[in-house]
Amino acid sequence: MGAEFVQLSLTPMLIGVLAAIACALPGNFLILRRQALIGDAIAHVVLPGIVVAFLITGTVAALPMLLGAAGAALVAVVLIEAIRRLGRIEPGAAMGVVFTTLFAGGVLILERTDTSTVHLDVEHALMGNLESLVWFAADGWGSLIDPAALAALPEELPRMAAVCLLVAALTALFWRWLKIATFDEGFAEALGLPVRAIGLGLVIVAAIAAVAAFDAVGSIIVIAMFICPPAAARLMTSRLGAQIAWSVGFAVLSAVLGYVLAGYGPLWLGQSNALSAAGMIATVSGALLGLAALFGPHRRREGAVAGA
Amino acid sequence: MLDGLGEALLLRAGYNAALVGIGAALLGFAAGAAGTFLFLRKRALVSDALAHATLPGVGVAFILLVAAGGDGRSLTGLMLGAAVSAALGLWVVEWLARRTRLTEDAAIGAVLSAFFGFGVVLLTHIQTLQAGRQAGLESFLLGATAGMLRQDAIVIAAGGALAVLATWLLRRPMTLVAFDPGYAASSGLDVRRIDLAMMALVMAITVIGLKIVGLILIVALLIIPPVTARFWTDRSGAVIWIAGGLGAVAGYLGATISASAPALPTGPIIVLVAAALFALSLIFAPARGVAAALLRHRRFQARVHRRQGLLAIGHGETILEPFTLRLLTAEGLVRPDGVATEAGRAQAARIARDERRWAVAREIHQDAALSGRYDGLTPIDAVFTADEIAEFDRRIGPPVALGGA
Repeated sequence: MGAEFVQLSLTPMLIGVLAAIACALPGNFLILRRQALIGDAIAHVVLPGIVVAFLITGTVAALPMLLGAAGAALVAVVLIEAIRRLGRIEPGAAMGVVFTTLFAGGVLILERTDTSTVHLDVEHALMGNLESLVWFAADGWGSLIDPAALAALPEELPRMAAVCLLVAALTALFWRWLKIATFDEGFAEALGLPVRAIGLGLVIVAAIAAVAAFDAVGSIIVIAMFICPPAAARLMTSRLGAQIAWSVGFAVLSAVLGYVLAGYGPLWLGQSNALSAAGMIATVSGALLGLAALFGPHRRREGAVAGA
Repeated sequence: MLDGLGEALLLRAGYNAALVGIGAALLGFAAGAAGTFLFLRKRALVSDALAHATLPGVGVAFILLVAAGGDGRSLTGLMLGAAVSAALGLWVVEWLARRTRLTEDAAIGAVLSAFFGFGVVLLTHIQTLQAGRQAGLESFLLGATAGMLRQDAIVIAAGGALAVLATWLLRRPMTLVAFDPGYAASSGLDVRRIDLAMMALVMAITVIGLKIVGLILIVALLIIPPVTARFWTDRSGAVIWIAGGLGAVAGYLGATISASAPALPTGPIIVLVAAALFALSLIFAPARGVAAALLRHRRFQARVHRRQGLLAIGHGETILEPFTLRLLTAEGLVRPDGVATEAGRAQAARIARDERRWAVAREIHQDAALSGRYDGLTPIDAVFTADEIAEFDRRIGPPVALGGA
């Protein structure tokens, strides 16, 4: 656990942890509002946005990617709403039509353009490149206080940290509103809270978290972290505050354990090649959910008879 | 490329390509038809979890096949593995939704991401194996028909045909359960078994579609055709077969277009063809389409403006509203300067009489179902008989001269 760890594993692990937290926080509310699959839809829709942004600017710089992804998310929301209204189609089906079509379009454009010079392909979009976010300038724990080395941190780390902070701050700031609007929309409306705006704001925050995390860790982690840690947390407690704390704990545990298992697991088994960290993080989060579903103290519906 | 496309569309691009095209069409048909039941049972997105859950099965099957001494490329073996893990995924979704407090959408998302993540872990492991480098398992993600083996094409075409047959055999019980599960149960059908059969059918379609459409997008082939078909008919039987037809067209066109040139991934092309059919239906479908709705709105608007314009003439007012003016001038009821023609005055008198008769009818007629049809547009002789109208006229009294003209 010396210089090599700081150089190769510290930053990817931190980025994974931050991405997991940023997605898990809004995920709690999405799950309680039965909108869990919005995270899934957002993660699919981000791809065409990023591809189009690359086509226009010719670079994979952060800002155009973020703008492109945000634009695509906006297009998707407008399309879903338009199809729902014009065709009188139920929202779930309208969502299914839009996100598969946009994703298919994104893949097609990606395959038709020459992206061999940059790190942009379908597999990268799905699985991210967490392993490659290493901190070359570091030569040990001392680098954490070395300004020159800190300046050479992978740019994803400060970006992900900022987004994670933003998401956390917004959650804390709108805590009461979110809580009331999530559990009793009618009551929230009677209090005069902007219920629709709260719902929309939640989706926007989820999209911001998804877009930032997508770039660093790929869409599998985004979807897994939106759903698995909050779902597991829901089985551990019936209080919202505690649920959020559990979900953050599960998210951190998934990210760290998943990264370690992917990087070092094969070594322990006598093999030399690392496994996909993104895939392993998603797997661990699923396994944690499985454990919570089997043993979680609040795994049953309130009022349901045990063993029913 | 266009030559290639023409050849492919006419099944002249070789035996394999023709088989793949036919297989994709059969698959599309089965997916569209079975997707209709899924859509009606509001379970469309369960199939997304199921599809993503196939990936670890493919990986495990490949590892087992290699361990057994093969090169791991047997499509049937991989499909079998996919089916097993998809069934496991489906069972986990059901278990989470039934036995824990989690809702179905959370269960779907959890299974989808965790199974897919584990599949990716297995893929990265397989890439390190000697046999894994050329395995091409990535093609299961988004589908690929290029370089498909003869026996694989036969498996897919035969599987597609079986899926269509199964859909046809199950159509009656599945329709009944989809529309009215309560009635289905009371008439002696085992709803749970039929639901299970439906999910098994969807699973079979997903597994057959792995190689052509890919596991990420197969859900589109189950959702988009049924949604599209709803624009064309309100009859349940017809929806199923129209959805099947649309799916077949998307599958066939998509597979052949993709075969006609490089860098046209099969799954996305099939989905985009299906989406194009959807967009065309959204706009042009006769009853529920946007164009038809616009046209209806336009016609209604014209009727209102014409009526109001003629009433205005009857009251001797000048028509200033440009749309009304245009409408009435085009019919020759008003001169361009806004003065009514002879025909216009005659029409205005008729409308005024109509209004007067309606006023009397609504005052004296007992049957609210009839007099309630007054909307300022319907001519009175479309609602009441000549005798009744004569009675209204008697109450109104003899004609009086119109003002204005």
